[in-house]
Formats: sequence, structure tokens, C-alpha cells
Amino acid sequence: MTDLLTLSGLTVHHGQLAALTDLDLALAEGTTLAVIGANGAGKTTLLRTIAGTHRPTTGTITFAGQDVTAMPAHRRAAEGIRLVPEGRRLFPSLTVEENLLAGAYRTRKGPWDVPAVVELFPWIGERKRQSARQLSGGEQQAVAIGRALMGNPRLLLLDEISLGLAPLVVGQLYQALPRIMAGGTTVLLVEQDVSQALRTADRVLCLLEGRTVLSGTPAELTAERIESAYFGLTRTGGTS
Amino acid sequence: MTTVAAPATLSVRRGGRTSVWTGVGSGVVVLVLAYLPYLVTTSVTGTIVTFLELLAMSVMWNLLAGYAGLVSIGQQAYVGLGAYAVLQLSDWGVQPFLGVFLAAAVCAVIALPTSLLAFRLRGDYFAVGTWVIAEVYHLLLSRDSALGGGSGRALTTLSDFDPVVRQAITYWVALAVCALCVLGCYLLLRSRLGLALTAVRDNEIAAGSTGVAVGRAKRLVYLVASAGAGATGGVILVSQLNVAPDSIFSVQYTAYMIFIVVVGGIGTLEGPILGAIIFVVIQQLFADFGVWYLILLGVLAIAVAIWLPRGLWGTFSHWSGVRLFSVGYSVRGLDDRRRNGT
Amino acid sequence: MVWVNAIVQGLLLGGLYALFACGLSLMFGVMRIVNLAHGDIAVLGSFLAYSIIAATPIGVLGATLIVLPVFAAFGYLVQSGLLSPALRVGPLSTLLATFGLSIVIQNALQQGYTGDTRALDVGSLISASLRITGQISVAYLSLITFALAVVVLAALQLFLSRTGTGRIMRATADDPEAATLSGANPRHVYGVATALAFVTVALAGLMFGMQSSFSPSIGPTRLLFAFEAVVIGGLGSLWGTLLGGMVLGLAQSLGAQYDPAFTLLAGHIIFLAVLAFRPQGLIPARRTA
Repeated sequence: MTDLLTLSGLTVHHGQLAALTDLDLALAEGTTLAVIGANGAGKTTLLRTIAGTHRPTTGTITFAGQDVTAMPAHRRAAEGIRLVPEGRRLFPSLTVEENLLAGAYRTRKGPWDVPAVVELFPWIGERKRQSARQLSGGEQQAVAIGRALMGNPRLLLLDEISLGLAPLVVGQLYQALPRIMAGGTTVLLVEQDVSQALRTADRVLCLLEGRTVLSGTPAELTAERIESAYFGLTRTGGTS
Repeated sequence: MTTVAAPATLSVRRGGRTSVWTGVGSGVVVLVLAYLPYLVTTSVTGTIVTFLELLAMSVMWNLLAGYAGLVSIGQQAYVGLGAYAVLQLSDWGVQPFLGVFLAAAVCAVIALPTSLLAFRLRGDYFAVGTWVIAEVYHLLLSRDSALGGGSGRALTTLSDFDPVVRQAITYWVALAVCALCVLGCYLLLRSRLGLALTAVRDNEIAAGSTGVAVGRAKRLVYLVASAGAGATGGVILVSQLNVAPDSIFSVQYTAYMIFIVVVGGIGTLEGPILGAIIFVVIQQLFADFGVWYLILLGVLAIAVAIWLPRGLWGTFSHWSGVRLFSVGYSVRGLDDRRRNGT
Repeated sequence: MVWVNAIVQGLLLGGLYALFACGLSLMFGVMRIVNLAHGDIAVLGSFLAYSIIAATPIGVLGATLIVLPVFAAFGYLVQSGLLSPALRVGPLSTLLATFGLSIVIQNALQQGYTGDTRALDVGSLISASLRITGQISVAYLSLITFALAVVVLAALQLFLSRTGTGRIMRATADDPEAATLSGANPRHVYGVATALAFVTVALAGLMFGMQSSFSPSIGPTRLLFAFEAVVIGGLGSLWGTLLGGMVLGLAQSLGAQYDPAFTLLAGHIIFLAVLAFRPQGLIPARRTA
């Protein structure tokens, strides 16, 4: 299985602050990778850089064999990288259906269209004409995922879809993931909820202050290893 | 373990050596300018009067747009109202040279209810709204036949003066108005209001939440700017000796103000001075080429707005750290602290 | 009776104003830009048509068919060359850039055509009118302009609500970055919006030029009318723009009936009244700005 996405020596800055430092990552096609880490670890920056809304300072991003480091975000979306951004960010003046159709503005060949999304989240069927403003957080998240799917992406980036949602709703959203993955989509998800990440992903990556501190399959990673990596307890010398 | 020296004391200063020199220098410049009517011809003082008029208007527009964030395309309303105020006052027996200063007060009074309407719009819509309001004043005054109606009227009460003396007094009045505008701006910005304005300019909502009376600060600035524009309008009438509504209320004045402030450096006190000098120089150089110089000014303004948004002075000041007029605060002793590791 | 005639003329004039205004409304809705050169673009269109008609045997209709696509391209270019760089700098820069553009266009036209007024020759159509009753007749040109306004507004509305590009334009207006994530190139979307704005305002300029005379300096007044129509009607509503245009036209027409010198003032006063008592306009937008 070839690597769909490769990050090599990636360093990303927010102004003068280094959000990611010299990061390497390889994601095989058809697999699911979860990125975990404390707030400020660089997880969202990582996704935004892969999607193209943030420019790296150094390093390369290779997608499907193509160097996309300099490719603008809208073209990466057309090439098959779709980000479901933090905070959902539906288009408030558009209806549910229009939000989905907007996601298909640039689409590739594939199984995802409005009926397919409705099959995934059946409640959408009756509320297609509702304004996106009137949806609850969980519903907005579902539509946001649907909007990204409408582009038939090869790589789906999910940024903290559980944020601000009740556990029951989060569970329902994650139930949809296997269907998405079964369609052949590679998924890279960022998740605060570590147990959810371990349940869903093939491999897990833990970030701390912009660097990888732990990586492996859920089976390999014990709770203690994750805990110490997550909070940086394995570093010598205490706090600087 | 590092040894720590006694912590350096911190002090807050308003100005440094540069600003003292600027103060002295400005005083010298004003004195020299005041003496000029005795030295040079009236055509030279006439050009300087134009420069002073433009500078006064621009400093006021800069106060509005660069410091209070109120971009108005309607300041010509007060230029016109000021001119007509002087005209009306002269009809009622008030000496026009005095009338210029009264016109400032008249415009501030008119500006108060005007602001109640204008402030209902925000951003770009505020800009065009002020233009509409200027047009309303324009049209209203065009209907006043006592003041000359649509074709305007001449100011006759200065005809007793010897022309050279009249032009000299006009020059001094222009100098006084301009100096007052610049000085007024400087004092305003050094005051608490100035600090409030900087906060509003940076982040209006945050400023409001720290107790800055945002609405009142903006309104006060609007009144001051209108008064300044009004006085300048009075100066224009006195120097031209006649006024016509189409020209005194022309948006061309705002075009000049915008050019001068944008090219010179918006949000700085030194910027408009530099911009006014550049403008008058260009005007004098290209006067014979018809409207080409206006096209040149327009292109220059666009280029500066996009590629040099801080303006000429602003870019220089940002790069070099030089500030002639000290309207900010600086903390002394911080470098020492850093060196000692505290 | 003469007042009824004034009412009819005023309402029809609203069509012309709506045609002037819809481009301004679109640009503000999508890009948050008030194009201060908006009126001057219309005048530029009138002069281009004038030159085409003077230099070739084509006539008004042919000139229109040339001017409109030219202005679409012109709009797209102005967007990418001038407005996009200005947008990146900040909100003040777009205001200043379009203001500078207005100055440049007005003075370039002044230089090229002198300040004399011109008109677009439509032959006998200029005086052809439809007689409704004994005292009321409406000029065919007014009717055509009004009909065109309705058609253009309906087309714009359909474009925005039914087409993919229109939908993504609304999406980009809501959230440019999220639209980028769906594959939209904001520069292209803005370019299309500006192109549409320029085409509609050029059409307005042409229709105006057929009914009245024009000169290089009338641009700013057209901008003010367009602006007033948008504000009276309500920011963010295309059909509100038609309503706003009609209210403005009605005010001006009735004002003119009372006293010809009162025409413009009447319109401004209605604008200020709306600003004072109903600032959100007659048809307020549902979305918060």
C-alpha cells in the first residue's frame, strides 16, 4: 500500500511562534490516523497546513505522489484533500442542502452525492431546506462532514469533531466513520477524546509542542505511555 | 545560580530629545512664516495660503480617519458651511477675519445633530453617507438667494482694506488657523482622549470593554474636525473674496485631503505635513498640463494605498523609529531590566 | 392628474436607479467593498458606446453588445489587479483605491472627451411614448429600462440561488476560508462578482445615456443615487434595491413636480429619513453583517 500523504521536515510558524517543528509523517492510503495532544500542541495547525490554509516555513507535503507544498488550498480541495474545519463553519446564509451542494462545487468522481449523505445522516432528508443557522451543534457537524464528503475526497481531515458536543452525539458521528472509510477514503482525524481516537484509528500520533512524541497502533500504546507523552512527563530536567 | 543586580527603576516618558527639537523647530518655522509677508511678494504668500488651507483640512481629516477610524468623504460640508457662515456673519456686521474663528464654532454646532444621523452608518457606508449629507447642505445653501443662490456671491466687506494689507492679514489668519489645527490635534492626541482613540482604532470592542466611551470619543473628534474644516472654509472665502456653492462644497476638497493624508502617512501627525508639501509642489509643477496632474495624483494615491499603506512618512517612521511629534508613551529602563534578567 | 403622471414617471425612474444600484449591492454583499468609482464606470460605458457609435455604422444596439462583454472583462481585471491587492491591505485601502480610480476615470474622460455633454442616439425612440390616459404617457425608453431592471434583477437572483457559481459566491461572502476548503478560489469568485457589477452598471449607463445627456463629471451623482437606492431598500436584498430605487425615483419626481430645483434634495431627504427612522432599510437583510 503506497503512502497517500507524506510530510517531511515540516516546520510551521504562527508569527514568531513555531507551532510545528521538523515534523515527519506518512499516511498509507485507506488507513485512519488519529492525532492527539494537549491544547496548543499543534494539531489544528497540522491539519490546516495539510489543507493549504496555512503555509509552512520549511518542509514538504506530498500528496498522491505530487508535491503540493506550494499548491493553494482551493486546488488541494479539488485534488482530493478535504478539511472539516474546527468549529464546523457552515455557511449561515445557505440552507442545509445548499451547504452540501457548495461542497460539490469542485468534486471528483465517487459515490458521494446528496442522497448518499442523507443515507449516512438520515435526519438531513427532512431538513434539507432549513437554514444552516437553525441547526444544533451536532447537526452542524454532520452537515459539515457531509459537505466535505460531497467533494469525494481521497483524504478527509477531521478537526476535533467532538468539540462542544454531548457524548451521545459524538458517538453518533463516529458511527458514521466506518461507512466513510469503507468507501476508500483515508481519514486523518484530530481528537481531544483519546479513548475515541484509540477506538477509531488504525494508528495514533501524539503531538507535544509541535513535535511527535509518540506513534504507534492502539494495541501498542498503553495508557501510561500515552499519558506521559501527552503531558510531556518523559522529558528530563523538569520545566524550563 | 545567577547574581541579580539591583532592579532598574522603570519610568514612563512622553517625549525625548527629538520631540523637544521638534517643538523648538516648529516654533521657529511659525515665526519665520509669520514674518514672510514683509519679505516676499503676494504671489508667494498666496501659494503658502493654499498650502496652509490644505494642511489644516488634511490634519483634521487625518484626525477623523487616521485616529478615530471615521473615514468621511463629506468633510467638504463643513468647508462650505464655514465659508457661508463667514459670509452670513459679515452680512450681519461681523468682521470676516474674526468670523473665520466664529465659523469654527458654528460648524461644531451643526456637526452635533449631523453626527447623530451620520453615525447610524458604519465603515464604507458611513463614508458615502457623509457625502450625501454634504450634498444636502450644498443644495440647501444653493437655495438661499440672500447668500447668492446657485451662483454664489462675493465678500464685499473687506474692500476698505488696502489689497497688500488685506492679503497679509489673510495670510496671518490662515497661518493662525493652520497652526491651531495642528496644535489642537497634537494636544488632543496627547490627552486621555488621544489614548482612548488609539485604543478604539486598534480594537473598538476591546476599548469599549475597558471603559472607553467609544461613541463620545468619536463624536468629539467629529466635532473638532468639523470646526477645523469650517475655519478653513472661512479662510478660503476670505482669500478668494467670493464663494460659489458648487465649488466650495465640491468633493474635490476631500480628494485633496485624502491624497495628502494617504501619501504623507495616515495616523501620524507628520504625515499630512509631508503630504501637503508634496501636493503643492506637484500642483505648482504641473499646473500647465491641465487635468493630467489630477490623474497623476489619483494613480499615486492608489499606488500608495495598496503598496505603501503607511504612507511615505509612516513607512519611514516605522522603519527608523523616528517620531517628531511625541504623542505616544515610552517606557524607559526596560532594556536594563532585560539585561539583568529580571 | 399631473401628480399621477409624476408618480408614474418616478416609479419607472426607479428601474433605472435599481439598475445602477444592483452592482453596488452585489459588490458590497460579496466583498464588503463600496466601489466609489461605480458611477464613473457607468459613465465610462456611455462614452465607450458613444465612441463606437461615432466611429462605426453599428448603432446603439450593436454598441451595447460590444460594451457589455468588454466591461465584464474590465471588471474581472480591476478586481484582480486593483481590488484584491487592496483587500489584502485592509478596509481603508479599498475605499482609497476605488476613490483614486474614480478620480482617474473622471479626469481621463475629461481629458479625452472634454467637459461637453453627449448623448447616445436612439433615433425616434427617444420621443416615442405610450399613451395610457389623456394626461399620462410613458416613454418607451422608460418602460424598456424598467423591464430590463426587472429582468436583470431576476437573473441575478436566479444566478445566486440556483447556479453552482452563484451558490459558492454566497458561500464565499459568508466565509471565504471555508469556501476555499470546498474548492472555491476567492479571487475568481470576487472577479465574477465584480464582472457582473460592471456589466450591470455599464448597462445602466447606456440606458441613461439614451434618455439623457452625460458628461465626465456626472459619475459621482450616479454613485450617490445607487447608494441611496441600496440603503433605502435595505442592504443585502436585491429586490429591496428595486424597491429602494422606486422610492428614490418617486421622491425625486414628486420633488421636481413641486419645484424643479428641489429634485435632488427631495431624494436626499427621503434617504436621510430612512436613515433616521428605519436604518435597516425597507427590506432588511436577515443575515447579520
